[in-house]
Amino acid sequence: MSVWQKHAILEKNSIVLVIGILLVIAIGGLVEIVPLFYLKNTIEKVAGVRPYTPLELAGRNIYVREGCYLCHSQMIRPLRDEVERYGHYSLAAESMYDRPFQWGSKRTGPDLARVGGKYSDAWHRDHLRDPRSVVPGSVMPDYGFLAKTELDYKHVAADMKVQALLGTPYTPEMIESADKDVQIQASTDNPDAAELTKRYPNAVARDFDGNPARVTEADALIAYLQMLGTQVDFKMYDDKANIR
Amino acid sequence: MANALAPQKNMTIGEGGLSLTLIGLAILSIVIAAKAYTPEYAFHAYLFTAASIAAVFAIFNRYFERPAERPALVNADGRPNYNMGPVKFATIAGVFWGIAGFVVGLYIALELAFPGLNFAQWINFGRLRPLHTSAVIFAFGGNVLIATSFYVVQRTCRARLAGDLAPWFVVLGYNFFIVIAGTGYLLGITQSKEYAEPEWYADLFLTVVWVTYFLVFLATIMRRTEPHIYVANWFYLAFILTIAVLHLGNNATVPVSIFSPKSYILWSGVQDAMVQWWYGHNAVGFFLTAGFLAIMYYFIPKRAERPVYSYRLSIIHFWALIFLYIWAGPHHLHYTALPDWAQTLGMTFSIILWMPSWGGMINGIMTLSGAWDKLRTDPVLRMMVVSVAFYGMSTFEGPMMSVKIVNSLSHYTDWTIGHVHSGALGWVAYISFGAIYCLVPWLWNRRLYSLKLVNWHFWISTIGIVLYITSMWVSGILQGLMWRAYTSLGFLEYSFVETVEAMHPFYVIRALGGFLFLCGALIMVFNLWKTVNSTTVASEAELQLQPAE
Repeated sequence: MSVWQKHAILEKNSIVLVIGILLVIAIGGLVEIVPLFYLKNTIEKVAGVRPYTPLELAGRNIYVREGCYLCHSQMIRPLRDEVERYGHYSLAAESMYDRPFQWGSKRTGPDLARVGGKYSDAWHRDHLRDPRSVVPGSVMPDYGFLAKTELDYKHVAADMKVQALLGTPYTPEMIESADKDVQIQASTDNPDAAELTKRYPNAVARDFDGNPARVTEADALIAYLQMLGTQVDFKMYDDKANIR
Repeated sequence: MANALAPQKNMTIGEGGLSLTLIGLAILSIVIAAKAYTPEYAFHAYLFTAASIAAVFAIFNRYFERPAERPALVNADGRPNYNMGPVKFATIAGVFWGIAGFVVGLYIALELAFPGLNFAQWINFGRLRPLHTSAVIFAFGGNVLIATSFYVVQRTCRARLAGDLAPWFVVLGYNFFIVIAGTGYLLGITQSKEYAEPEWYADLFLTVVWVTYFLVFLATIMRRTEPHIYVANWFYLAFILTIAVLHLGNNATVPVSIFSPKSYILWSGVQDAMVQWWYGHNAVGFFLTAGFLAIMYYFIPKRAERPVYSYRLSIIHFWALIFLYIWAGPHHLHYTALPDWAQTLGMTFSIILWMPSWGGMINGIMTLSGAWDKLRTDPVLRMMVVSVAFYGMSTFEGPMMSVKIVNSLSHYTDWTIGHVHSGALGWVAYISFGAIYCLVPWLWNRRLYSLKLVNWHFWISTIGIVLYITSMWVSGILQGLMWRAYTSLGFLEYSFVETVEAMHPFYVIRALGGFLFLCGALIMVFNLWKTVNSTTVASEAELQLQPAE
């Protein structure tokens, strides 16, 4: 009985064919995905990476909502020109709390993995309102509505609770003070700023959108952009220790 | 009196059960709408309410209109009583969404060339781009796949489609999912996972629709009166099953609340990236390849009136294709923070994948052996054969781009966009157009209005595709080279925005290509419209209704 005739078993029994297909398509995915969860060297050991503050998380959710990843990557490859243009190549650890990951696959605009601290808040405000006012050749859409829209952070604690459930190290205290932390981080010289940095080391608190009267979506988005890539101190980072 | 003599008419379990479920869904949706965290989510909840109520009315209306007996499985003449209603619906929906998707595609192409077109937040590039990709892949492609699979499985099994309401639930439910997904993007409801943007509630609904689709398809195969399962149905089965697995894996999220549209995924960072591209690349492999290869395996032999070139080749390339495709995902993550071993596996399998892909191409094109003259006389067949040639071209380009050193240049540039479109326009859309040009006359028992217009469609859209992919090759490679260009002093030669400005002429050419492609599709719509509305009914001999086996 030749192989071709044996194949008739699959052609004549639909359930056998279904099982055959499922077995064949299972292998590749299992081999490539499962080890990433238990191989210790998948994510580098590195100091400084912390979960997002409530304001940064809200800003990240705006980034997700507007589909920014369709034109901006957050993944610097270890190629000479990229490292010179954008900074140290990205580490897996730097996106370990990203749900979903936003590495992107197209650079219609530049990479944003280390955009934090590169420009002033005022530059970001102008750039979001009218990108061509600061970068004449830009093809980015205007996002002026963000500065006019009040940030809805009523449910940010609920967001953090779900992330904690999934393994992001948010403590009950962090979740409880989420609303307050949003207000602290969106204002300049807030007397409680120390409380925020105790919960979230190196978190920067200031009035990001230049409008102290209210917390807008621009506050959140700029807070997020200004922290991108700033968590790991690469002066202290030993890339030989994490060779994979 | 006549009623008294007729057999007792009762609601079936399906009709009653589905009505009750839908009433339950309507009530749940009202509660959600009342307590929704955002007005956009409330709007979606109201859409669910309205659709559920409309569906219950439709079920009752159908019940009062229908005869007491269930439709016969076999006609008086001994031939199967095929159920073509859902096929017709999905065909029309496919054409409608195709045009919608091409229009949005043209618009976002123009937005990149002329950024002033981003008038308002709802039509910004970031929100319209997922609308374009979902409309062409899932709405246009998906409806064509559902229509052709329901047609092909009935014909090749010589059996009526299984289920009474179930096939209708599949086509209507699927299109309702598309409405929810599409309006969601415009309103800012998205997971921002490429090609998996719909949020948790849309995903959940799609899961129910998809499982029903699988069951209808499988049950129809089980009813077959032919001993063998035809090769097209293997591909359809692999497509339906694998898409179900991928959808569940990549959308394993926990909603913030039942009243919130937002959810967070189980996997984060590097693991999420791997799961996403395991999904993303196999959406290409199984939605846009296996499903459309099934179309190739039925419609090309039918149209050419020749048997499939090689039965053995179809067996080898089927199992090799579905085994190898799954591994190829990491080539989307070359040089990223994904561990090297995974990148290398992805690259290796992507290159091996070239072989079964070309096995499929050879099997499709060589089916014309002894009928090559038809390429001159039948523009529909020419369109399908050219689509297989485009399939061959993009399945060579793909493995080449997955080589790491090539990828270091091509990744993040328009070259990827050009590659996707040589596959999507050249392969997926052309094989779909060919299938639609065959299906519409068969379904409506009419002769195709004009082969001359098919010819016009073919040439106009082919010029469009060529403009599209060549402009993207040039812009992609140009931008990749500009990013890595150094001056003689060792400084980076170009700022980022200079590389953006250099793209402008190519973005204009690309939009022109897309415009021509849209024009071709509109010619098709006119042709189909005239076909369906013609008064002459074609004879069966003219329509070549005998099944392929």
